[in-house]
Amino acid sequence: MTDLTSLTLTEMQNGLNKGEFSSRELVKAALERVESSGVKTHAFLHVAKESALKQADDADKQRTTNDGRQKPLLGIPVAIKDVLTVEGLPCTCGSKILEGYIPPFTATSVKRLRDAGAVIVGKTNTDEFAMGSSTEHSAYGVTKNPWDLTRVPGGSSGGSAAAVAARYVPAALGTDTGGSVRQPASLCGITGLKTTYGRVSRYGLVAFGSSLDTVGALGRTAQDVAQIFSIMAGRDPLDATSADQPVPQIQFDGDAVRGLKIGVPKEYFIKGIQPEVEEKTRAAIQQLKDLGAEIREISLPHTEYALPVYYIIAPAEASANLARYDGIRYGPRVDADNLWDVFFKTRGSKFGPEVTRRIMIGTYALSAGYYDAYYGQAQKVRTLIKRDFEAAFREVDLIAAPTAPETAFKIGEHINDPIAMYLEDVFTLPANLAGVPGISVNCGFDKNNLPVGLQLIGPHFREDLLLRVAHAYQQVTDWHKKAPSL
Amino acid sequence: MALTQKEVEHIAKLARLELSAEQMERYREQLSAILDYIAKLRELDTKDVPPTAGGGLTQMTLRADEPRPGLATDELLKNAPEAEDDQFKIPPVFE
Repeated sequence: MTDLTSLTLTEMQNGLNKGEFSSRELVKAALERVESSGVKTHAFLHVAKESALKQADDADKQRTTNDGRQKPLLGIPVAIKDVLTVEGLPCTCGSKILEGYIPPFTATSVKRLRDAGAVIVGKTNTDEFAMGSSTEHSAYGVTKNPWDLTRVPGGSSGGSAAAVAARYVPAALGTDTGGSVRQPASLCGITGLKTTYGRVSRYGLVAFGSSLDTVGALGRTAQDVAQIFSIMAGRDPLDATSADQPVPQIQFDGDAVRGLKIGVPKEYFIKGIQPEVEEKTRAAIQQLKDLGAEIREISLPHTEYALPVYYIIAPAEASANLARYDGIRYGPRVDADNLWDVFFKTRGSKFGPEVTRRIMIGTYALSAGYYDAYYGQAQKVRTLIKRDFEAAFREVDLIAAPTAPETAFKIGEHINDPIAMYLEDVFTLPANLAGVPGISVNCGFDKNNLPVGLQLIGPHFREDLLLRVAHAYQQVTDWHKKAPSL
Repeated sequence: MALTQKEVEHIAKLARLELSAEQMERYREQLSAILDYIAKLRELDTKDVPPTAGGGLTQMTLRADEPRPGLATDELLKNAPEAEDDQFKIPPVFE
């Protein structure tokens, strides 16, 4: 019999529908693989063994009724980044300040997957409150890249990316505030979609940067990611920022690339980028040209300002969002004689260094006398960055660029230099500032056999275009089929 | 832009963070470097540029203001470090 963990989501669906195996067998295979190699990668913070097996049994029972066959993800194992709540499962956000927290409610994105029949295998590792690009800022230890266990998987959705790359699950949810789905997808050699701002409900997503946070999907193929996307997207009355836009069922027939105008921004091929990353990205763009796309060099002139804008806006919003962790309503409390000291001691000892840094930058940028110079100016430059994309999308249908400036780096390499770590997101965070969607697909390997990611960025609400082009690319290449040996 | 020790202490106080002297000094250095980096934004003339506050293209849509069941009090209190009589319990605010 085939190794069930080697199957893609679509292959699992086909096998389940044909009765080749049961959901219990699929989920058991996933759990066994996590048990046998999970300790090497540390992709999961919590494995929900009992509830997953029960959900699998329920799925197998439902399959025997007509009702069951209509659920698209019935019996499919998935993993959830630990910043999204699942009722009854721990949600730590990779932080000591939420240690032991069991949310009494489920995030809408997760609930929609559950309603579609998916089985939740567990919660995946993340940089604390999704702040980081390596999972090294998780309070519960770093996740290791399945391609090379001495290297990071990227972040912050590094646990979800590693879980998919290591074949524990065929798909996982992540979140992307500055690149946290696309960059780990790139470093782990899988497909990761950052959705348009407002496309997927954020009810049950623990807030980090509210004008930037998006929920995304990671999988091995564009087709699999498209399924997760279509199921979880769409208006939710529980999130006022969720957009009332129709969600397409993405069709993969026809010619997605011929006649398409693809822009290549010159600002994304800068000095300091790893030469093999540039080489593989350009080769992928050439392949899109061979498929009939028209390639144009474009300019996004304010790209170099995206990083400083981001590192004012995201910390400012984070400093406000994380004010709620005070040792009163959830998480541990450091006891003291008075309330004031409870706040100071709990927050001072339970937040990790990166979160503390960002809370302090944000607090400073919003404090009296500095607001206009920092936050006000950043909001204005954000407008200029948004306009860059608007102008580009009047000229081209989508943008192609590298996802990250380098392949997976060594654990510890950037940990003592915050700015070096921030530079990991230099090509991904402009899309968050503009609110547009992006996708990363594996487009080759460097000399160390580490994956390189091609990033496609599209106009607002055009995930369908990104997914169709990514799929077309995956029809003529087999990078996405490569698996790390674990 | 180098932050002074006093400024860092003030920020930590505003953010309700108890930090050791050693941590204060480390954050002073790191925050100064980050502020230097983001000072790059001052290069741009933004006199006539309106700010962008949100990430969305669409307007926020509020749901109808109708009563509906919320989360159960006892469920929510289960996560509290200390609770009593359906309420969160805290140390004294006044001496």
